[in-house]
Amino acid sequence: MTTTASPESPPQVDLGGEARSRRTDKGFTGLVALAGLTVLVVLGLILVTTSVQAWPAIAHDPVEFLTGTDWVPGDEIFGTLPFLYGTLVTSVIAMVVAVPVSIGIALFITEVAHRRSRKYIVTIVDLLATVPSVVFGLVGSIVLIPWVTPIYQWWAGVVAPVPGLNAIFDETNTGRNYFTAGLILAVMCIPIITSISREVFATVPEIDKQGAYALGATRWEMIKGAILPHSFGGLVGASMLGLGRAMGETIAVALVIGGSLTVGTNLFEPGNTMAAVIAQQWGESSGMHTEALIGIGVVLFAITVLINFLARTVVRRAEIKMKGAHS
Amino acid sequence: MKLNRRTIFGTITAGALAMSMAACGGGSDDEAGDGDLASGEITGSGASFPDAFYAAAIEAYAEVNPELVVTYNAVGSGTGKSEFGEGLNDFAGSDSLVKDGDGPAEGSFQYIPTVAAPITVSYNLPGVDGLQLDQETLANIFQGAITTWNDDAIAATNPDVELPDTAITIAHRSDGSGTTSNFTKFLDEATDAWTLGAGDEITWPEGSIGGEKNTGVATVITQTEGAIGYVDLADASETGLVTASIENADGAFIQPTLDATTAALEGAEVAEDLSYNPLNAAGAETYPIVAPTYILLHTEYEDENVAAGVKEFVNYLLTDGQDIAADNNFAPLPDALRQQAVDALNETIA
Repeated sequence: MTTTASPESPPQVDLGGEARSRRTDKGFTGLVALAGLTVLVVLGLILVTTSVQAWPAIAHDPVEFLTGTDWVPGDEIFGTLPFLYGTLVTSVIAMVVAVPVSIGIALFITEVAHRRSRKYIVTIVDLLATVPSVVFGLVGSIVLIPWVTPIYQWWAGVVAPVPGLNAIFDETNTGRNYFTAGLILAVMCIPIITSISREVFATVPEIDKQGAYALGATRWEMIKGAILPHSFGGLVGASMLGLGRAMGETIAVALVIGGSLTVGTNLFEPGNTMAAVIAQQWGESSGMHTEALIGIGVVLFAITVLINFLARTVVRRAEIKMKGAHS
Repeated sequence: MKLNRRTIFGTITAGALAMSMAACGGGSDDEAGDGDLASGEITGSGASFPDAFYAAAIEAYAEVNPELVVTYNAVGSGTGKSEFGEGLNDFAGSDSLVKDGDGPAEGSFQYIPTVAAPITVSYNLPGVDGLQLDQETLANIFQGAITTWNDDAIAATNPDVELPDTAITIAHRSDGSGTTSNFTKFLDEATDAWTLGAGDEITWPEGSIGGEKNTGVATVITQTEGAIGYVDLADASETGLVTASIENADGAFIQPTLDATTAALEGAEVAEDLSYNPLNAAGAETYPIVAPTYILLHTEYEDENVAAGVKEFVNYLLTDGQDIAADNNFAPLPDALRQQAVDALNETIA
């Protein structure tokens, strides 16, 4: 710092205001803490109120509620296992399809694409996230299903002699099934996973990449040796956030899943998911049926929160591993 | 990354808000009546099944009395009844009767039947039309006991039709629905063969496909060769589905038409509270699968203007409004039942 001619230099004038700055600082801290707390309070209240409302249906037969496979509201039989199963199956299909594609897009954007075309690709991928989910559902129901049904039937015929595969891809008469729902969920998850993966890749220090090149690595070797190990934790976090989206998606799934009660290995069979069944049955439900639907919501909520926390933990761990990133 | 985390939390919060938010209704302006006609706003909510008719009637009534603003939200019978119980709407639409736990207290409401509509049994079998199904065969098809179209039971009632060996695919409603309730109730009451019970949702045989609302089922049928499903008349005729003739109580095979529906209402026995069961009604010309729909009136209204408005609008539905029904694929009430409904309306709201 250069010395000034006058002893009362401008920095001292600033110092005079520091006390006020500190007060403002404290006020600001309190304000944002309050904002953060609001989220917690809202989450807590949702969990408490929904649990209380759902309690009669869950307490009615707790074992059946979580493990039963029959859902007959008229007879007060509420087994939610088929819906839980459907949610898990469709989400897994979505992840299997979306994660490799998203990481591919993210690598393409950060490492391969020309600097000028990069921002257009980013915009297009982000645009995908703004399409309302009901539009995905309608396109799936009206356009995709008639188109994929013969493909499913052909594929079931091809793998029919293969043990194992023929149980997963069995004969079907419809495109309204777990697999179609999973594909649509995959498309909906891609923008989320891509954008986070992109940010994760961007945190890889340039010096690591240049170092790999300096050692004579090709681009793929550089990606494999420098980028992927450095980003692994972040990619897991990205996938988990995508998974949260897939599990909670309602209307797009409701329109293409076929709404039936099955717990089977055939991915080409119609099924149902937790979020979808709430949307489908809410309007005409009453009494314990309504409570059971809220109960499904509670279970789904618990799983979603769990996944969010898991994702946070993974992401934070990855951030700590990366130099310079603070969580 | 921060942005995305916030988005996730935002989604959760928004979802919770949507869950906790019941549709708002009620409320009226305290304006004085304009001559003999009521004014202000009245709100109803409930069944989606008669929504097309109510919407058309509301539009037509706006020209008769522009001072009275009527709103009807098709949120489903269950939600409509619970909102009615909480006093959130001025009248409710319901396809089903009020049960314990639905919301409205006993004695606090009056049923007013408005219209009825047939539930068609539609199918997709290229080259085959004019299919006739007896009640037992219908039950066996929908519970998965008959699996191909050339089954002897189907052939027995269709001697002149060449039936293919296409597999039968059952299409049903995936959402909770009064249509499902009436259809399964018909199978349950009319036949001994039916074993799956009756209700807004039942457990359908494995491999059957659910569609969202009537349009969803109609789409499934159109897209799947060999499919059979139950769809309301409006969607079946809009989609151009082929409908089967169903055996009625007198043993005749009847197509789902509005005339055959009104005939079923004439044959139905009306209870004292004006609820009635038109399923499998007697008469040579009646279509056996007919769904009724009601409006629930409060027996007491706090606001006179609201009471006058509700009375005027429901009266319109039962008189001039009946002419609008047929244009929207709903069958008007037969005169006797209509008169009973008007009398009950006048008695409930003096």
